[in-house]
Amino acid sequence: MEFFLQPLTLVTFFPLLGVLLLFFLPSDKKNLLRWTAMGFTLGTLGISLWVLELFNAPNPHLQLVAKYDWITVAGWNIQYHMGVDGLSILLLLLTTFLTPISIFSTWTAVEERVKEFMIFFLMLEIGMVGVFLAQDLFLFYVFWEFTLIPMYFLIGIWGGPRRIYAAIKFFLYTMAGSGLMLLALLGPGIEGKTFSLPDLISSGGIPTNTQFWLFLAFTAAFAIKVPMWPLHSWLPDAHVEAPTAGSVILAGVLLKMGTYGFLRFNIPLFPQAAVDLAPWMALFATIGILYGAALAFAQSDVKKLVAYSSVSHLGFVILGLFALNPEGISGAILQMFNHGISTGALFLLVGMIYEQTHTREIKVYGGLWKITPVFGTVMLIVALSSMGLPGLNGFIGEFTILLGAFGSTAINNPWYAGLSALGIIMAAIYILTMFQNMFLGPEGSIVEELKKRGHVLRDLNRREIIIMIPMLIFIFWVGLYPKPFFDLIGPTVDNLVAALQTTTLALP
Amino acid sequence: MPPINFNDIEVLLPLIILVIWACLLLLVDLFIPKKHKWLTALLAAFGLALTLGFTLSQLGSESNGFCATGKPSICMVVLDGFSVLVNALLLLTGLLGVALAYGYLKRMGIERGEYYTLMLFSISGMMLMAQASDLIIVFLALELLSLPLYVLSAFARSNSDSQEAGLKYFLLGAFSSGFILYGIALVYGATGSTSLSQIFEIASVGTSSLLLTIGAALILVGLGFKVAAVPFHMWTPDVYQGAPTPVTAFMTAGAKIAGFAALLRVFGSAFPNLSEDITPILWALSAATMIVGNLLAIAQTNIKRMLAYSSIAHTGYILMAFVPYGNPEVAPVSIAAGLFYLFAYTITNFGAWGVVIALEQKESKGLQISDYAGLRRKYPVLAGAMTVFMFSLIGFPPTLGMVGKFYLFRAVLSGGYTGLAIIGVVTSLVSAFYYLRVVVNMYMFAGEPKTDNEFWLRFTIAGAALVTVVFSLVPQGLFAWASRAVLKLF
Repeated sequence: MEFFLQPLTLVTFFPLLGVLLLFFLPSDKKNLLRWTAMGFTLGTLGISLWVLELFNAPNPHLQLVAKYDWITVAGWNIQYHMGVDGLSILLLLLTTFLTPISIFSTWTAVEERVKEFMIFFLMLEIGMVGVFLAQDLFLFYVFWEFTLIPMYFLIGIWGGPRRIYAAIKFFLYTMAGSGLMLLALLGPGIEGKTFSLPDLISSGGIPTNTQFWLFLAFTAAFAIKVPMWPLHSWLPDAHVEAPTAGSVILAGVLLKMGTYGFLRFNIPLFPQAAVDLAPWMALFATIGILYGAALAFAQSDVKKLVAYSSVSHLGFVILGLFALNPEGISGAILQMFNHGISTGALFLLVGMIYEQTHTREIKVYGGLWKITPVFGTVMLIVALSSMGLPGLNGFIGEFTILLGAFGSTAINNPWYAGLSALGIIMAAIYILTMFQNMFLGPEGSIVEELKKRGHVLRDLNRREIIIMIPMLIFIFWVGLYPKPFFDLIGPTVDNLVAALQTTTLALP
Repeated sequence: MPPINFNDIEVLLPLIILVIWACLLLLVDLFIPKKHKWLTALLAAFGLALTLGFTLSQLGSESNGFCATGKPSICMVVLDGFSVLVNALLLLTGLLGVALAYGYLKRMGIERGEYYTLMLFSISGMMLMAQASDLIIVFLALELLSLPLYVLSAFARSNSDSQEAGLKYFLLGAFSSGFILYGIALVYGATGSTSLSQIFEIASVGTSSLLLTIGAALILVGLGFKVAAVPFHMWTPDVYQGAPTPVTAFMTAGAKIAGFAALLRVFGSAFPNLSEDITPILWALSAATMIVGNLLAIAQTNIKRMLAYSSIAHTGYILMAFVPYGNPEVAPVSIAAGLFYLFAYTITNFGAWGVVIALEQKESKGLQISDYAGLRRKYPVLAGAMTVFMFSLIGFPPTLGMVGKFYLFRAVLSGGYTGLAIIGVVTSLVSAFYYLRVVVNMYMFAGEPKTDNEFWLRFTIAGAALVTVVFSLVPQGLFAWASRAVLKLF
């Protein structure tokens, strides 16, 4: 019983109760199914807030640790080992926060096979939360791989016309990376006779040459998930075909699993390789920022535009992480959270309009602000937040990251930060162009067409406003008063960077 | 000829019971009317369960049987932790095989009592294989397990595919037996003995002899046929597709377990000194099997054929465990990993074949992968179970397949065979493509699949799915058993 009452176990496996309950509910009572799923995800959110309450921010070490022997025979030393620290607390909250929001957004969007949808969604939440809390390599791998299964079904069953192609592409791409990661995580596991991450880090001493290869293998998994240029080609397909809720979770949480992986595994476990390869990571990040932004500008499909903007934004996160200084890493973590909120909100908004018009072509829209003023206002705020307007959340993250990257001794080249700053300007161009084309100017052809079919474009309804309000709160909160967020992150990051400095040769 | 003592009997007790039971069943079946063949199935299952009980009662005991007079180290059969584990696995295979066969045979109109008797005989051959400590016994066991399988493959007499399968399997099987026999002869020529322990002793004293190496290689070829390793796999897809599906299910698991048991016995006990020559061959066999099996599976549209290639591919994964067999530091872990994987594969495989049997209609209808379209809507539990099996075959959590692969890759890596492990991972990725196609059909396409409601079949499928998931979360006991079983071998 003690096992199940650990806060971190509870927050991870609480949705499992929902899954079990959903199995026994009749599949034609759609609202019952929806509210059950909603209830369980809200419950998980509640538990995660309890975790936050128990979390002691100034303590830089793992907290609320749940540690039990799992498989400890035949030379195995695998533990059920969960813990939370400054690196993961925000992502835990982001996950438990976005999941109920996503489910709430499916009220009218998902009418087919609601029961399965909710089951897969709750399963997905278990996997995602587990990924952020697992402190044992094996356990992490299990959760990591497990998230693929429900997401694969979510895209493949409820997605758009090319959904099966997109689902399989998503699956195979991610699996290709995680296969290499599997081999790589067996490496230190065999050497050190343990799979426990804190033990492996504190024992240190992986030879530099080995570090290099293991770093690359882990990078394969994480870089595909982020996705970093040039491994991003699964992302636009998956995003475009996924149902709205799937896109929100995909952009909001699943991509963060990649950047989080770098932070949790690559940097502390292979510090020397991280320092040595930081300029390369920064190079790829910068290319990703510019390339993603350029492609976003060229898209005619609004969902694809947001998808490519993710490639660009996550480039910033990678840049910040491999600045390997407190500013860069804190900024990166905050930016992970910000990107989850802003891009999640963008996908939600795109989904809301798509539900009415069934098209995502930018050119058929126009002059929406006059017809749907609330929608337009919310969209403007979210778009501005995504492009990094001061006073909104995106700015804080990107600014801190650039600050870190400029001063980084690991990257040791201010040009990367300089070029990346161009990415912010490019973001302003593609986002404002999109906004202008869709919301300003003369009425688009879709309005006429809908009228012909007897539809009138309506503004956001009450449910949709309720969905957007918490997102907007976070956009302003982080933008205007980010201190509480940095306070959560700071001590752990300082600790991590201090450890880096003592274990590596190159970092002064 | 030394007098048979009670100890000799005790070593082979489960096997003797099974053979006697099978003989009696052959007679008893004559008096069971055609309408009540369920009784034969029940009796066969009971015999298997009884033997399983006796096998498990041998847990922990170790002994040799039928030894040469005055030379207690030269024996024909052996009883140890490994043989008990493998025998238990084989008997489990038999029980699952009976459960899958009963309804199928009735539905297809080929219900005859000999089916079960033949299966029991085949299993006794497999069990003898696991206990053999002499090459002559290995050969005897091989024939005892193979001959009933040839008949079983052709059991659907009226179906020309099944006839073809039987004939093909027989011809190529006889061919492979020839290889083994020739290999045994060469080994005998080189060492003057057929006893595994004596071969080891003689080989470790003298300088390495080419004759011995060639003999060992020929035995490897013969066993390679049995476990369907590339390039000795040509018969597999046709036989697995043509044979009645429950026979295929039984063969993919049973024959594989027995073949690997023999491989381990012969090479682990007699030829560890040859590992320098044999290990590279095993490496290449394993790599080729994984690559060819998985690549050819992609092109299949028939589910039986796809699972046949998948079974070849899995032979490759299990062979990985045998590559470091001559390295006493890694071998125990590695072989234990192989045993665990065999268990994982057996359960998953029976489950998957169970679903195939559930959907198969007369005249080989319902065997295309496209026939699985819409299964989720009409039979959600069946589709859910099949999904579990497919993910387990890919090696995804939370299933036994994933834990098995993890264990296996770890063993291979600690042996220093990184290249092989990378091939394993990449081919798993390839395999995801064709396993997922089944899932795509079941969940994402519409269709009207038909199944028949057979209790034992459903029971087996559901049980296999449950075991696949639950044992992946608590694999501790199985690991412990597998590692203990191989401890004394090295």
